Amino acid sequence: MPLGNLLGFVETNTMTLWGRYFCFAIAAIGIDLIWGYTGVLSMTQAFFFCLGAYGIGMYMTLSNLPEGHQLPAFMEWNQVTELPTFWAPFSSFPLAFILSLLVPALFSLIFGFFVFRSRIQGVYFAIITQALALAMFLLFSRNETMLGGTNGLTDFKYLLGFDLRETSTKLGLYFISFIVLCLIYIYSSFLTKSKFGKGLVAIRDSESRMRFTGYGVSAYKITIFMIGSVIAAIGGMLYLPQTGIITPGRMDVQASIEMIVWVALGGRGNLKGAVLGAIVVNLLYSIFTSILPGGWLYVLGGLFVITVLYLDKGMIGLFQQIQAYIKTFFASDKNNKEAENEVINVSA
Amino acid sequence: MLSVKNLSVAFGGVQALKLDQFDLKENELRVVIGPNGAGKSTFMDIICGKTKPDEGSILFKGEELIGMSEVKITEMGVGRKFQKPTVFTGLSVFDNMLLGLKVKKDIISTFFYKTKKEHLEKIHEIALKVGLQDDLDKIAGSLSHGKKQWLEIAIVLLQDPELMLIDEPAAGMSDSEAEKTGNLLCELSNSHSVIVIEHDMKFVEQIAIDQVSVLVRGSILTQGTFQEVKNDQQVIDCYLGAPDSAQTQRSA
Repeated sequence: MPLGNLLGFVETNTMTLWGRYFCFAIAAIGIDLIWGYTGVLSMTQAFFFCLGAYGIGMYMTLSNLPEGHQLPAFMEWNQVTELPTFWAPFSSFPLAFILSLLVPALFSLIFGFFVFRSRIQGVYFAIITQALALAMFLLFSRNETMLGGTNGLTDFKYLLGFDLRETSTKLGLYFISFIVLCLIYIYSSFLTKSKFGKGLVAIRDSESRMRFTGYGVSAYKITIFMIGSVIAAIGGMLYLPQTGIITPGRMDVQASIEMIVWVALGGRGNLKGAVLGAIVVNLLYSIFTSILPGGWLYVLGGLFVITVLYLDKGMIGLFQQIQAYIKTFFASDKNNKEAENEVINVSA
Repeated sequence: MLSVKNLSVAFGGVQALKLDQFDLKENELRVVIGPNGAGKSTFMDIICGKTKPDEGSILFKGEELIGMSEVKITEMGVGRKFQKPTVFTGLSVFDNMLLGLKVKKDIISTFFYKTKKEHLEKIHEIALKVGLQDDLDKIAGSLSHGKKQWLEIAIVLLQDPELMLIDEPAAGMSDSEAEKTGNLLCELSNSHSVIVIEHDMKFVEQIAIDQVSVLVRGSILTQGTFQEVKNDQQVIDCYLGAPDSAQTQRSA
């Protein structure tokens, strides 16, 4: 991690960029838990990411109102005279914080309850979540929803009294993102190593075997779907202050698919792979959009095709293969030498 | 132990199963044979709750199974082994067996589960029984076909079932593997009620220590010891085609 060259060597913007990558990596871990481990392809994770971001965004909008104004500018333009009731709790930070986590949790609980109870699986689940992502995108894009329409929420200057333009705030957010990423990584690896985590893999491998072994599969799926959604929301909450804007464009179907591509490229069913995938793809995105704008989608598509065709376990799988290859190479080298020595001994 | 009455199920107008009566005693090993499509697997699917019948009743230990969830039926003590070996291929053999272990299986309990000594002993005991004691650390997906079958039996056994439903355990096994499986099943029937579906007559002969039921077109054709069933003209007709009708056709 580029901690050593914090002062002087690396520009602050680069640090913020990395801070954002960490937020994406957090969301990627959530996807890996749902898809990589449990085998449930959810295409609506970007929506949960945005729920977190919008939650914090609403708080920041209210706490950043220009003097003399009672309402956010976009509401005034829409001739709204009173703050909608659902905005009210977001004027306090603790409440906004809790709601940013609680809303995605409840949403995924209710959605998961109906979908998993009806035993909707595989492609059908993917399609339904895609429809949900689209519906939510359309809902959030409307001015009537009172969340800024297609322009989203933006124009923040302060968070809890810290100036977002200050270098120290930016660095602080970078560190918080990094620490939260580490904590979620540790929590998730603990989760996957527990019997619960093994149960998730078992559901992926054979749902009916799991059911006839006496496990309530639906409850397990709902739980991990909730955990994944909350993790995505945490990523979103950290993402917003570092980006300064959240629009419905972040939650459309394409955004969710991109998140899945990170995990697929990095290596699904492997937490390191998810983190690696999110960071590498976004890093490449930054590089390619600056040197080859317009070519990025081809690069991403190409990478995806290569992964699907040749790298079943993503980049992390490739590393493991190379590692195993080197090991066997040296091992066989050793064996050869031993064999030679034996030959010499025998002939002597 | 198990008492099935007037069970019937139809798939899209085709009568798949129409059983008037099927009873199983405690610690009995019943072999169910019959041609393809006779409804053998459907019968098991209904008992374990995978398929809902149109009508009928299944009493297990005096309780009605029809309408219960799969998980509830499993908890009642019915263990099911599928025709195609179905194990958790991404987990080690040990973890497969750990998941089978009869402990509380709700989310909170699994989340805070800690391996106890008696659990380890139980797993090792069952592993020894099915002959997987040296494979505990291997990934289940890398096992041979026969060993996967044994592993699935081990997962079912660890649930401590009273009734085991075993669908074609010897399919795709070598002769020596099949013989081992047969011995295992006979041994299990000392302490479990077992229903086995099987095609291979050599294997049936080995495990048919109790009764054999012949299922044809969804109904029980006959029932008896292996020798009785083997020499039953109706059974021979339905397996080899009715020679009488063939002869009459030829002479005509």
